Amino acid sequence: MTNTYEPVIGLEVHVELKTNSKMFCGCPADHFGKIPNTQTCPVCLGLPGALPVPNKRAIDWCIKLGLALNCTIPKESKFDRKNYFYPDLAKGYQISQYDKPLCVNGWMQINERKIRIRRVHQEEDTGKLQHTIVNNERLTLVDFNRCGVPLVEIVTDPDFHTIDEVDQYVKKLQRIIRYLDISNADMEKGSMRLEPSISVRPVGIVALPNYRVELKNINSFRFVRKAIEYEINRQSEMLDKKETIVQQTRGWNESKNVTLLQREKEEAHDYRYFPEPDIPPMQFTDEFVGSIRKQIPELPDEKKQRLMEKYTVSEATAEILTQSIPLADYFEQMVAMSHISATVLANALVNQSVDIQHVRPEEFLDLINKKQQEKHVDSGLVMIAIETVLTSNLKAVEDYKKGKTTVLMYLVGMVKRELKGKGDATIIEQELKKRLV
Amino acid sequence: MQSKKTSIDVSHIAKLASLPLTKEEEELFSKQLSSTLSYVQQLGEVDTKNVEPTAQVTGLMNVFREDSIVPGLSQEEALKNAPGQHNGFFKVDSIF
Amino acid sequence: MTIKDAIHALQTKKFSSKELVQGCLDQIQKYDNHLHAFLTVDDKNALSGAENADSLLHQGIKKPLLGIPIALKDLFSTNQLRTTAGSKIIDNYIPPFDASVVTKLKDAGAIVIGKTNEDAWGHGSSGENTDYEPTRNPYDTTRVPGGSSSGAAVAVAAGMSLAGTGTDTGSSVRLPAAFCNLVGIKPTYGRVSRYGILSMASSFDTIGHMTKTVYDNALLSEVTAGFDTKDATTVDVPVPSYTQALGNKVRGIRIGIPKEYFEAQGMQKEIQETIQAAMKDFESLGIQFKEISLPHTSYAMACYYILVPSEVSSNLARYDGVRFGHSRNQFGAEAKRRIMLGTHALSAGYYDAFYKKAAQVRTCIKNDFEEAFKQVDVMMMPSSPTIPFKIGEKTSDPLSMYLSDIFLCPVNIAGIPGLSVPCGFVGTLPVGIQIVGPQFSEEQLYVLADAYEKINTWYTQVPNMKAI
Repeated sequence: MTNTYEPVIGLEVHVELKTNSKMFCGCPADHFGKIPNTQTCPVCLGLPGALPVPNKRAIDWCIKLGLALNCTIPKESKFDRKNYFYPDLAKGYQISQYDKPLCVNGWMQINERKIRIRRVHQEEDTGKLQHTIVNNERLTLVDFNRCGVPLVEIVTDPDFHTIDEVDQYVKKLQRIIRYLDISNADMEKGSMRLEPSISVRPVGIVALPNYRVELKNINSFRFVRKAIEYEINRQSEMLDKKETIVQQTRGWNESKNVTLLQREKEEAHDYRYFPEPDIPPMQFTDEFVGSIRKQIPELPDEKKQRLMEKYTVSEATAEILTQSIPLADYFEQMVAMSHISATVLANALVNQSVDIQHVRPEEFLDLINKKQQEKHVDSGLVMIAIETVLTSNLKAVEDYKKGKTTVLMYLVGMVKRELKGKGDATIIEQELKKRLV
Repeated sequence: MQSKKTSIDVSHIAKLASLPLTKEEEELFSKQLSSTLSYVQQLGEVDTKNVEPTAQVTGLMNVFREDSIVPGLSQEEALKNAPGQHNGFFKVDSIF
Repeated sequence: MTIKDAIHALQTKKFSSKELVQGCLDQIQKYDNHLHAFLTVDDKNALSGAENADSLLHQGIKKPLLGIPIALKDLFSTNQLRTTAGSKIIDNYIPPFDASVVTKLKDAGAIVIGKTNEDAWGHGSSGENTDYEPTRNPYDTTRVPGGSSSGAAVAVAAGMSLAGTGTDTGSSVRLPAAFCNLVGIKPTYGRVSRYGILSMASSFDTIGHMTKTVYDNALLSEVTAGFDTKDATTVDVPVPSYTQALGNKVRGIRIGIPKEYFEAQGMQKEIQETIQAAMKDFESLGIQFKEISLPHTSYAMACYYILVPSEVSSNLARYDGVRFGHSRNQFGAEAKRRIMLGTHALSAGYYDAFYKKAAQVRTCIKNDFEEAFKQVDVMMMPSSPTIPFKIGEKTSDPLSMYLSDIFLCPVNIAGIPGLSVPCGFVGTLPVGIQIVGPQFSEEQLYVLADAYEKINTWYTQVPNMKAI
């Protein structure tokens, strides 16, 4: 691997919305694991004469996500037809958005960098293809339950330079989506899909490379990371050998741990976009956009910052507590109900697995209180235990005074043993420090 | 410019449109389509500066439906017209 | 027999719906081997439907079309009844649902006799582009009945049904109506639901019908028109009672005569003469004519033949042989031509010069009409520049076939309503005159047409069935 090249990565993310019904018809949107072709109607099955009518909630949610990603919502928007042929595409076109998407020009902060989000738009999902062999015959089978499910597409500019940045972006995006409660954003179940585009260029060059390689159909983030890594190496080696890299689409082969050219036509698709004539265009007032904006809860970054400031928890702890709104709320409710310090409560939540859906905050507090009481021991007994341990561990004391501070935890352990497990480790640690000065 | 606008790459278009054509059809259509394309060229004479294209004659806007579930087709109804089916799926010639 | 007469007869028990329907079936049996109006005859269900209608009639139940036999163009989805669009590619397709309009007609008590022949997918003006046997004009079986709703027109003209439904994207209800001596309505785009009607060009398709008289036509419009939540392009405007309006005064209505139409090349002398005579009759009703201009008329066909095939190429993409139908090589020649023309017009490098340009010209044409309607209430022009032409006369030159729509398709481009009514004969061949109005002016069109119908007897001149 040469380090004279830097990766230039863009990311397209598709998210399945968890509306009740599909994007353009009243079939259920929750399709995972259902018996094939039991959730279709003339519209999503593309039967002759059927017509689409857009799901208002899906559009509201797409705009909500765009706003949460700092996008502008243009006054006018419309749907367009994206025309191509594939067995899982019932109408022979996908209703999507081309030149007037719902949301544009957003961004996400990743550490010091701003990742630009070019657009967030609405479209519909396709059916599912399955390849199988029956009686020695190769078959392709199609299930249209997923066809028509609302899909939001989030496209970034090629602003990523490391895999870690991609990782952080994806995790944050997932968290925001779950905060907004518009999708489960679950990669394993396919409700969130990643399509990175990767190119490399010599370090120091600012211009974008004249090609990109798209990676598709990879269903876990672990494999996406591996695939990106592999691609960066592969492309760097090709450039070293002065080979030309052709614009293409590749997939990840799990068993061989390589990316492979996908067996599709490599001609660029001519999608022949034109405005969807069956659906009138959309126009949004400032009031309407404002009303959607009001529905956005405190977002992860804000919440994290606020918890750190208000409760003086560490960033790492705040990061865990803000995994989900219910967890963060749970924490804040506990703090409001108790005299125990916020940091202790935070640690308890973080370190102990509690089913926050079935154990009420009061009940968990009870548990913590009990544990504290069990730990409680007369301070006199603690001092006696400390003296006992110090006199019988002279070498350790000497090591500590020489500067080996790690010994302290060993001594705390010994005191707790002396106290038969009772006592508060933090306090014991404090007292030991005082004695060892 | 003239020849670009009145000629049509029939075999490329037929591929885009997923229409298998015989050689005879390709020739015949090439002639007929060229003649139609010549005819429609005259639109270039119309002054359309600052004219908005019409996509919707009704002037309608913001037509939506509520997010509610409506009963659809049973699996049997969905598969009824399928040229090929297998275990509840639509079956097609294998494509890779 | 008209629907009005039939309803009266059914209510006064002159005959039953079953007898009426049987009469239609007998007529089909006798003549359709020669005329080829029907692709599917649903005799069993029609008769049992008629029996049901009779029992409701006995109970005194009132429905606008109770017991009346109608024929549906084969672009209309009918639940459990084969729907082919006149094409071989879906010659075995059985829809699992009714089009919204079909539901409305059935709810109004109409009896569906069967599905009628048409230019496949609506692509045509003569009926000759059907993948089946072309329909013949009962007024002269060596001539075309007009298209694309060819079979529906002939079904009514030849007494096989009392009404025939159709779609009108460029001419397809008004032209066959004119060629078969019928009243044909192309409603305002968005007036009638397209849900379940196989799409040809989504922003042009309208759902109309053909009948012997204006009253019959107005009655059917009362049933079919209206907002539909399943079609996002229908307009939520109340449906007037068109039949009640008939008889309203027409004196003082201003009719515009677009000079570009009457100066057009290719109009047959006999047509010109027949139209002039008809206009004199209108004048006698106290109507004022005024010359107006629709400056972009000469560009209408070019505009139409870019936009329509573009939408067609996309709408026909679902016929891929996966969920229904056969493989795509079974499309007929005209369908293939239009798909390719449309694919080309939308393709990379051509979109701006073709599709976008045509969409802009569409705006110009629409504006022409809007401007003109500031000066006049309605407009009048011939429905066709020629008499019904001979079978095979235009099939070798698709372009000349396209030009038969020249007086009709601008109306679809603008999305406004047009009504064709019989206005005379050239020999034994019918001639139609077209009245066009602003959006949602169907009531005005019917009132005017009805007043004209009352001072002539064109509709009583039925074809000589013995010659068939």
